[in-house]
Amino acid sequence: MAGITISGVVRQFGATPVLRGVSLTVEPGEFVALVGPSGCGKTTLMRIIAGIETADAGEIVIGDRPVTRLRPAERDIAMVFQSYALYPHLTVRENIAVPLAMRRLSAPERMPLLGRLLPGARAKRAAIDEEVVRAAAPLGLEALLDRRPGQLSGGQRQRVALARAVVRRPAAFLMDEPLSNLDAALRVQTRREIVDIHRAAGVATLYVTHDQAEALTMADKVAVMMGGELLQVASPEAIYADPADLRVAGFIGSPRINTLAAEADAAGRVTVAGLPAGLRTEARGALTLALRPEALRPAPAGLPAVPEHLEFLGDGLLLHARHAPDGTPLIARLAPEAREGLQPGAALKLGFAPGRALLFGADGRRVASRADAALVPA
Amino acid sequence: MRRLAGEAVAGALMTLPAGIAYLLLLLLPTLATVLLAFTDYELGATALGWIGLDNFREMLADRGFGVSVRNTLVYVGLVTPISILGGLGLALLVEAGAKGRAFFRAVFFLPVVSLTVAMAAAWQYLLHPTIGPVNAALRAMGLGTPFWLSSSDTVLLSLAAIGVWESIGFNMVLFMAGLTAIPRELYAAAEVDGARGGFDRFRLVTWPLLGPTTLFVLTISMIRSLRVFDTVAVLTQGGPNKASEVLLFTMYQQGFTYLRLGYSAAITLVFLAVVLALMWVQTQVLDKRVHYA
Repeated sequence: MAGITISGVVRQFGATPVLRGVSLTVEPGEFVALVGPSGCGKTTLMRIIAGIETADAGEIVIGDRPVTRLRPAERDIAMVFQSYALYPHLTVRENIAVPLAMRRLSAPERMPLLGRLLPGARAKRAAIDEEVVRAAAPLGLEALLDRRPGQLSGGQRQRVALARAVVRRPAAFLMDEPLSNLDAALRVQTRREIVDIHRAAGVATLYVTHDQAEALTMADKVAVMMGGELLQVASPEAIYADPADLRVAGFIGSPRINTLAAEADAAGRVTVAGLPAGLRTEARGALTLALRPEALRPAPAGLPAVPEHLEFLGDGLLLHARHAPDGTPLIARLAPEAREGLQPGAALKLGFAPGRALLFGADGRRVASRADAALVPA
Repeated sequence: MRRLAGEAVAGALMTLPAGIAYLLLLLLPTLATVLLAFTDYELGATALGWIGLDNFREMLADRGFGVSVRNTLVYVGLVTPISILGGLGLALLVEAGAKGRAFFRAVFFLPVVSLTVAMAAAWQYLLHPTIGPVNAALRAMGLGTPFWLSSSDTVLLSLAAIGVWESIGFNMVLFMAGLTAIPRELYAAAEVDGARGGFDRFRLVTWPLLGPTTLFVLTISMIRSLRVFDTVAVLTQGGPNKASEVLLFTMYQQGFTYLRLGYSAAITLVFLAVVLALMWVQTQVLDKRVHYA
């Protein structure tokens, strides 16, 4: 079994650093989602792993083999491209067969017409064709094998690209935003299929996406990348509930996490707009208090807020409000029953359990906090 | 209903200027040529007689015309493949180079924008048997010095070389446009799929995706080389001994030197038929193989 190990990869375009020393490990059989906003360097990192681009510094190991100086063809990987990158002049069958044909057939054997006459070529081609059908069948492509990519829908092209990736049983899969060109319904369905393919193949997979929902639902491990750096690598649950950096907290989760300016006094007591927040910390000075929308609920004591409007989601409500002292927008996710008792414009208090509050220092890094037993949220 | 009719009238009125131009400049002259081809009209004559297929019969019997057709085919057979393969090769080389893309494009495109008649004079000097630099170079290397444009063995080859020089840059620019239209991702996919060298990449991606461009270049090159006239008229006048006589030069000579417009029109019809037949074959046979969508 093989995994992917990246250590200290640096890449600059001119004077602009795109990757600032990225290290990441994908264990054998693991599905890692690399997520980040557009332009954060995630696609560049993937292309460097594939060998399509070169790193200025750093090492890449696939399985036990250092591949940093090998050509893409020698790295034993398969890649699914955002644009699918199917060969438009080849049928689905021929497209899926390319990775096998390029490796098993010699150059003369790959010649059109003549190549088929060479001894041995016929048997090799028959074996390849069998494997193509075996890769295509689980993806429902059997009926489409003799069509060209131009005659297929976006979802079907996506499947052909997946079949072309799995047919050779590579040591690792690299997927570059494979779902971003599909419509929403198809995306959810294909998400499931990619996870199934990964399970069946049991191969280390690195999946690049800017969609946090894809990252959280599909991956064993999520790596959040911003500005050419990995901010946090952890399980989806930990990334969501226990972010290590304010930027991770802000990027993951929809609606966005609420953030409030806070301060810790000399004793480590945290206040928000001068009111005690019921938290204690080792840090001092200016802080940021972050609260997930579902951590807030109307309560007798808490953050003073003025409701602005309500959004009904079916299974819940989103209460959009403003923090009374400084006008910071706040969003609370409430149960549908909470509608009664909420009046637009009528001030209320939004309380939270101290255990769900996340504190970040001035540099954006997480700081530990605990409930302040001496104080009840005012 | 009335509004629709009004729109139709307005539409017809608006297309009228273009329609008149088309009629006067294209349709009527073509029709006149077709009709003249069946007459014995001579330029300046006051009368003409309908002679049916006599002009075409004369063509078949005329040895000179046969030579002219053969020469034209040899010229096309030399210039078209060499200028296409050469243009493709140059385009690949220039695209692969990191620097000087604009410079090389300009250098190779220069013959296309220069006036052939003026350039022909330069070629006449270059290929001059005694004072020309080409033969001077050959002499220096101790090789033979052919009479390029004045020997019936080499005249067609020399003209074809000039023809290649004329159109290779044009084909290169067309191929370069075709190359930039190939998605980069396909090359990346080919690398990941196991393409190891430039030839693998060319076979798997470049050549198939250049299909539509190649078809267009083939069509344009064939028409351009079928139409060879200026170099022949300036450099050889079809000589020596009809060795460089080509279809359009024969037509020109019959029509404007011997003033036999009827016969000249018949040659024009044959020329048109050849061009149309080639176009038809290309669109019917090749078009289906190069457009994939």
